[in-house]
Amino acid sequence: MSRAILQDYQALHPQGAPQAGWLGRLRQRGLDRFQETGYPTSRDEDWRFVDLAPLTGAEFRVGGDSPAVRPEALAPYRYPGTECMLLVFVNGQFVPGLSDLGSVPAGVTVGSLASITARQTELLGHHLGRYAPIESSGFTALNTALIADGLLLHVARDVQVPRPIHALFVTAGDPAGLATHPRNLVVLEPGARASVIESYAGLSEGAYFTNAVTEAIVGDGAVLEYLKIQRESERAFHVGTTHMRHGRDSRGTSHSVSFGAALCRNNLDVVLDGPGVEAQMLGLYMGRDRQEVDNHTSLLHAHPNCSTREVYKGILDGRAHGVFNGKIYVTPIAQKTDAKQTNRALLLSDHARIDTKPQLEIFADDVKCTHGATVGALDQQASFYLKSRGVAGPLARKILTYAFAAEVLDEIPFPAVRESLEAVVMARLNARGE
Amino acid sequence: MLEIINLHARVGDKQILNGISLQVRVGEVHAIMGPNGSGKSTLAQVLAGHPAYEVTAGQATFQGRDLLDLEPEERARAGLFLAFQYPVEIPGVSNAYFLRAALNEIRKARGQEELDPIDFMDLAEEKLKLVEWGPDILSRAVNAGFSGGEKKRNEILQMAVLEPTLAILDETDSGLDIDALRIVAEGVNRLRRPDNATVVVTHYQRLLNYIVPDFVHVIAAGRIVRSGGRELALELEAKGYEWLTEAVPA
Ligand SMILES: Nc1ncnc2c1ncn2[C@@H]1O[C@H](COP(=O)(O)OP(=O)(O)OP(=O)(O)O)[C@@H](O)[C@H]1O
Ligand SMILES: [Mg+2]
Repeated sequence: MSRAILQDYQALHPQGAPQAGWLGRLRQRGLDRFQETGYPTSRDEDWRFVDLAPLTGAEFRVGGDSPAVRPEALAPYRYPGTECMLLVFVNGQFVPGLSDLGSVPAGVTVGSLASITARQTELLGHHLGRYAPIESSGFTALNTALIADGLLLHVARDVQVPRPIHALFVTAGDPAGLATHPRNLVVLEPGARASVIESYAGLSEGAYFTNAVTEAIVGDGAVLEYLKIQRESERAFHVGTTHMRHGRDSRGTSHSVSFGAALCRNNLDVVLDGPGVEAQMLGLYMGRDRQEVDNHTSLLHAHPNCSTREVYKGILDGRAHGVFNGKIYVTPIAQKTDAKQTNRALLLSDHARIDTKPQLEIFADDVKCTHGATVGALDQQASFYLKSRGVAGPLARKILTYAFAAEVLDEIPFPAVRESLEAVVMARLNARGE
Repeated sequence: MLEIINLHARVGDKQILNGISLQVRVGEVHAIMGPNGSGKSTLAQVLAGHPAYEVTAGQATFQGRDLLDLEPEERARAGLFLAFQYPVEIPGVSNAYFLRAALNEIRKARGQEELDPIDFMDLAEEKLKLVEWGPDILSRAVNAGFSGGEKKRNEILQMAVLEPTLAILDETDSGLDIDALRIVAEGVNRLRRPDNATVVVTHYQRLLNYIVPDFVHVIAAGRIVRSGGRELALELEAKGYEWLTEAVPA
């Protein structure tokens, strides 16, 4: 393990500074684990499609004081049309001056993990690290070793949070060589309802590294709308892991939208930990030039009568490379499981590539599981429809590619966010200059 | 304007059109009727240039040009318009964007200047009146989540914006409620000009009370088995198709 990581770890534990015991121990376990395993390599089955060497071979350090960021610089990433409770983190640190929580309803605890730690040790100690095991990957172990800040949301039983909570992580200043390890915890007690937007943006271009871990617990009968947006610098590295645990009769939708990073790896791990859950996993990713976008999802149907729908779509241009690996595991007791998985990719250039691998492991007999994968062509019927209106060639391709993406974005329930992301898609398609 | 001679077409190994001949002159309205599966939509799609259908014999000329030699988009730019029996949904793409893109392609082909979004909105507002629709429909994604009737009305909105010289309406009346049928039919009538022509494919004499045809043709098994004036539609309404189709050799 590099000295840099050890130094970052030691910085969290200055000589003699008292630590909340559980947090110190959790970090220590993360560090020990990372020391043992290091980063994954392409020899690991779960990481074999991407080349991690540019990331794991470089040295990244956790930043010192975060640079000043003007509020205007955040505008493109704030989606002001959707009124949110906003938490802004700059280079990993919470910045109250840029954040705006507004009034926080009773029964809702929301804020930065670092500032709340002291007050909420019991809550944190109970949940943090419980759903994102350090064994799941070297990145999660490293994140755990360096837990410092991130979003904390706790919603009490039967409480509804009226506005979405938006945690915006930006990297600013001279970001080269910078590492951030955001750690987020979302706990919905039974019957609670909340929407969470977790977004990442690069305000400056550079080869920095974001290594985020989110744990979300959706209690019995609770409802979570979760949206992750990745708009890092196209020279950056982004590894983001979300572990979601669903209780009985809960509902949840996860949207994952990735535009940025030289190398992006999204892990989404959903455990249906009670019967009657309805969950959706929706994803859109775009890659161009030499971008690598790797989406790994894992869905564990551990109880009967759960239904899930998963739709991932990718648009790859230039020499971009995409990966979709969707694992669905149905345990022997998970009867009446209904699981649908679709993944589709459009390749806009001859040099763009996609590796897709559905992985269905089904051990119950009374189940409905379907999966489908398509690569390549635009919708033929729609293509003819456009031609019949005089629209053909590059313009038709642009419209149909946009429609392909919009079908996923359409399901985002926040209009301002949706429109803004649609505009990003359109801008990228316009930038192709065909 | 449109001359079809002995047109044969198939999809895969399945022969669908078995020698259609039809002449449409400027200013005329033609109605095409016939049993389900007889080839009406196929004829419309072949004229629009759908790649699934292969023309095996015959000709079609449109304003003196060999229609079958043109790409589908060239046909549209030359003034041909097909209102689809099953309009296609294009999620995420607003009606306004789509209509402007289409109109500008056609305007470019006609040597006219492209319209910017503001000028286009002015024009679109006028056209919306024709189908008695409010402006909200312009910001909705093309046909996505539209009811069956709304999709049909949207086809006529497109026709109003694009102002084709030859419009082929494939069962545009199916799925419309009574008021919508009247609105759509009046819209089509108001789009008639001495220099354009309309072909309506329909199962219902009712539509022809609004859009009065000069000629009615019956297609069965891929052939026109009878042509006549508007009274033929009334006769079909009374007698069905059997008396005509029995005469057709298998
Ligand atoms: N793309 C296709 N692939 C296979 N068969 C087709 C295709 N298009 C049409 N057919 C077949 O050709 C025949 C004629 O179809 P067409 O849609 O032209 O009928 P239609 O007269 O429009 O019927 P309707 O009144 O029901 O709309 C039918 O048997 C149909 O199943
Ligand atoms: Mg038909």
